[in-house]
Amino acid sequence: MGAELRMEPRTETRTESHGGISPQIRMANEIAVQFHHQPPEEAAAAIAAHIRAFWEPRMRAELLRRAEAEPQALDPLALAAARLLRG
Amino acid sequence: MSLLKEPDLGTPAKAGLATVTIEVDGLPVTVPEGTSVMRAAALSGIEIPKLCATDSLEAFGSCRLCLVEIEGRRGTPASCTTPVAEGMKVRTQSPKLAKLRQGVMELYISDHPLDCLTCSANGDCELQDMAGVVGLRQVRYGYSGANHLAEPTDTSNPYFQFEASKCIACSRCVRACGEIQGTFALTIEGRGFNSKVSAGGTDFMSSECVSCGACVQACPTATLQEKSVVQLGMPTRSVITTCAYCGVGCSFKAELRGTELVRMVPYKDGGANEGHSCVKGRFAFGYATHPDRVLTPMIRESITDEWRQVDWETAITYTARRLREIQARYGVGAIGGITSSRTTNEEVYVVQKMIRAAFGNNNVDTCARVCHSPTGYGLKQTFGTSAGTQDFRSVAKADVIMVIGANPTDGHPVFASRMKRRIREGAKLIVIDPRRIDLVRSPHIEATHHLQLAPGTNVAVINAMAHVVLTEGLVARDFVAERCEGFEEWAEFIARPENSPEAVEELTGVPAEELRAAARLYATGGNAAIYYGLGVTEHSQGSTMVMGMANLAMATGNIGREGVGVNPLRGQNNVQGSCDMGSFPHELPGYRHISDDVVRGTFEEMWGREIQSEPGLRIPNMFDAALEGSFRALYVQGEDIAQSDPNTSHVTAALRAMELVVVQDLFLNETARFAHVFLPGTSFLEKDGTFTNAERRINRVRPVMPPRTGKHEWQIACEIAEAMGYPMRYAHPSEIMDEIAALTPTFAGVSFEKLDKLGSVQWPCNAAAPEGTPIMHVDGFVRGKGKFVLTPFVPTRERSTRKFPLILTTGRILTQYNVGAQTRRTANVAWHPEDVLEIHPHDAEVRGISDGDEVVLSSRVGQTSLRAVLSDRMPVGVVYTTFHHPVTGANVVTTENSDWATNCPEYKVTAVQVGLKNPPGRQAATRAEELLPAMAD
Ligand code: SF4
Ligand code: SF4
Ligand code: SF4
Ligand code: FES
Repeated sequence: MGAELRMEPRTETRTESHGGISPQIRMANEIAVQFHHQPPEEAAAAIAAHIRAFWEPRMRAELLRRAEAEPQALDPLALAAARLLRG
Repeated sequence: MSLLKEPDLGTPAKAGLATVTIEVDGLPVTVPEGTSVMRAAALSGIEIPKLCATDSLEAFGSCRLCLVEIEGRRGTPASCTTPVAEGMKVRTQSPKLAKLRQGVMELYISDHPLDCLTCSANGDCELQDMAGVVGLRQVRYGYSGANHLAEPTDTSNPYFQFEASKCIACSRCVRACGEIQGTFALTIEGRGFNSKVSAGGTDFMSSECVSCGACVQACPTATLQEKSVVQLGMPTRSVITTCAYCGVGCSFKAELRGTELVRMVPYKDGGANEGHSCVKGRFAFGYATHPDRVLTPMIRESITDEWRQVDWETAITYTARRLREIQARYGVGAIGGITSSRTTNEEVYVVQKMIRAAFGNNNVDTCARVCHSPTGYGLKQTFGTSAGTQDFRSVAKADVIMVIGANPTDGHPVFASRMKRRIREGAKLIVIDPRRIDLVRSPHIEATHHLQLAPGTNVAVINAMAHVVLTEGLVARDFVAERCEGFEEWAEFIARPENSPEAVEELTGVPAEELRAAARLYATGGNAAIYYGLGVTEHSQGSTMVMGMANLAMATGNIGREGVGVNPLRGQNNVQGSCDMGSFPHELPGYRHISDDVVRGTFEEMWGREIQSEPGLRIPNMFDAALEGSFRALYVQGEDIAQSDPNTSHVTAALRAMELVVVQDLFLNETARFAHVFLPGTSFLEKDGTFTNAERRINRVRPVMPPRTGKHEWQIACEIAEAMGYPMRYAHPSEIMDEIAALTPTFAGVSFEKLDKLGSVQWPCNAAAPEGTPIMHVDGFVRGKGKFVLTPFVPTRERSTRKFPLILTTGRILTQYNVGAQTRRTANVAWHPEDVLEIHPHDAEVRGISDGDEVVLSSRVGQTSLRAVLSDRMPVGVVYTTFHHPVTGANVVTTENSDWATNCPEYKVTAVQVGLKNPPGRQAATRAEELLPAMAD
């Protein structure tokens, strides 16, 4: 058993995984699609509230920076939420 | 404590209010109706001799040793099978009875080896005891007649043996396997003198036996005996403690001889398990003394250096200095920590306190992030608190049991045994799982419905069930009107045609009619209870699914009483506790948001430090921030993130990017390969504290030996904090619990003293519920009204493609635990020497794969190789594996996808390809070549 534990892993990994998307954009978009069924204003407020409750400040800052720099990368509701977070 | 022998009253307790009074040897005794004469006598202090009866099993009446005389009745009935009747007068001793009993014993002993003095059970054998009790002095038959003394001993099971020559054919083992465990692996073969116990005609190891040990515990002789007892001798003292494996949280008597642990015996008074256990808790404790355990702290400058052993003071000062240096250079938020669900509440609490107060930030998360964080989010949104609604006992009152994305017979075996017992009594079972788990069809169990959905479509299925409930008029209108809010809006949403079973049939793969029937059964079949596991949470819509189940339970009024509820089956032993203890970056202990000024104020006052009001980083966010460069140091308590977390390459890249990784664990695990400081942790046999199980039950963990490392884990955190300039001092872990109670309303009434007195309590435990709360939301929800939340189905981004046409889903098996660090270091490997890939015969055939072939499993993020096992448990297109062995590293292929609300990783859905590793001949080689380029992009 000891020998088995020392065996080299039979695994191999690739670094590509995110397709180059920033985690903040990816996560904000994932949240946004969950609120597509709501009226846009309510949805944006709910998304902003979620992000405020669960995201660490530097993640929120990065989201706001990205929202500025590449708004097209964000789901429109996520973008609206980012604006609320800034406001 | 000396060796604790729990009283055996002979037959099980009967519930019921009506009572009956009888007289036993002139003493009156009042017992519930249906109680046996034997039990009534035992309750009045009179022990009637017995062999085939024990109070964990229904009476059987085969040994005839327990005969009594009853006034006005003829003959000498067996007291174990005779129920009490009002006014009955029972005699347990008379010359006639004595003679009859001696006759019975004489027959037994004449066919039994007379090696009492050298027998492993000497002193713990009921046959020996009974021979004494009935005053057996001579055996007239001699030993020369036909006997079983030459029967061979079956030693095939690694943990116990079956010495057939000592068997008295009392069938307690057979009944224990059926009634208690529900496996039905044993039978009595033959009749009369020829009857003998058989493990289905083969040896134990080759049989259906799952090595739970219930038969060993039930056996009155040395026939079924722990090998450790044979080797080490009978234990002489016991310590009551709690299993450190799964979230069932079984109570055990750890039985020792001197300082050596001989065996673990499940404790009858244990609220979670009531005397039962599984193979892990009962037998797999050898890892605690495994030579791989690291017992001395170690440090190194760089992860390419050799480890250097140091003393505790050096390790702690070094850690504290490096943490402060990194903060000075990169900012207060550049460091953080991860707490473990394998450590005690007290150990978790001090680590989060160290992070919030000494590190000065909220960068604390727990391994529950990767398993049950959606439970926290979903149940908090709907019911108001993050915990299962029932105690385990409640399942005995359920009429319909719905198991979703859980495999209790493997993951939560002792609870599964309770559940199976209830199903054998007639409760209906609905299983919602892509895989045909054992529960779907096993001895005396058959699911009424198995909704074999495509992985990733849980939400569509639960919405469709709710759609049926709503549109077919099955809503519990009164319950909803009185107890809930948000119903109208939800009803409008769920009634939409896109949520109908017919609309989602193609997507989910679940026939609409079957889904409708299941929904009707759930809504109308009496008490309906939901039990769920990681197959619910570990999805990109995990939180949505938790809320979907809560909606369904509220809509049908299945909340707030026995037999119903929404219940997470937690993975690791203290997942519930680590979440309760404020391990989440946005929550203080007791699930209170960090931005709540009043709550934060109470902590600041007690701790004498200001606490940041903003949430900290979650585990995946820590990795992202490490790769971005703003997060530079991590303290990891008892958690192997490099093996257990998804997308291993991403995790290891993040670990490499950090300047300081501190690992506190029993073994040099995968994560320790990237560590600069290794702080040796303690096993549960050394810990002193509490674990909280999946039913919110707070159980004591008591040390059976001092810490082998010389330091308790809570002391380590306190000393690091102190070295960083923030004194945290406790003389004893009970003082930590006192602090938790003072700061956390749901724990206000908890103390070690109370736990020692009551055995365990279920939180909330406070002035309103001084002895705890078995069932929640009885008169109202914790949040006031239960809230219906809209749960639109948003499919995962992970799709099967031409390159990765199969869907991989992951799980666990009975004998192994999580990343296997403990169980791999025990004889449990006999059952699971490696992780295998289960693949449908059709998918195997088109790839030229045969049973047992080495295959390559690849996803867009990585690849690994393992052995294929053909199995039709999964539908075509779905493959399945476990993640217990680092050498396979199944998480090398899982992706960064995660639950939208909590970032819980989506372990349960990964698009993969499978191909032969060493294809024989040219044609197959071409296949593998086709495959490999696909993996490279
Ligand atoms: S160990 Fe458990 S499963 Fe195996 S035979 Fe005994 S009772 Fe049955
Ligand atoms: S093995 Fe033990 S419990 Fe089973 S029939 Fe024999 S003596 Fe009874
Ligand atoms: S692993 Fe779980 S079910 Fe098994 S003994 Fe331990 S707590 Fe009980
Ligand atoms: S104990 Fe009653 S018949 Fe065996």
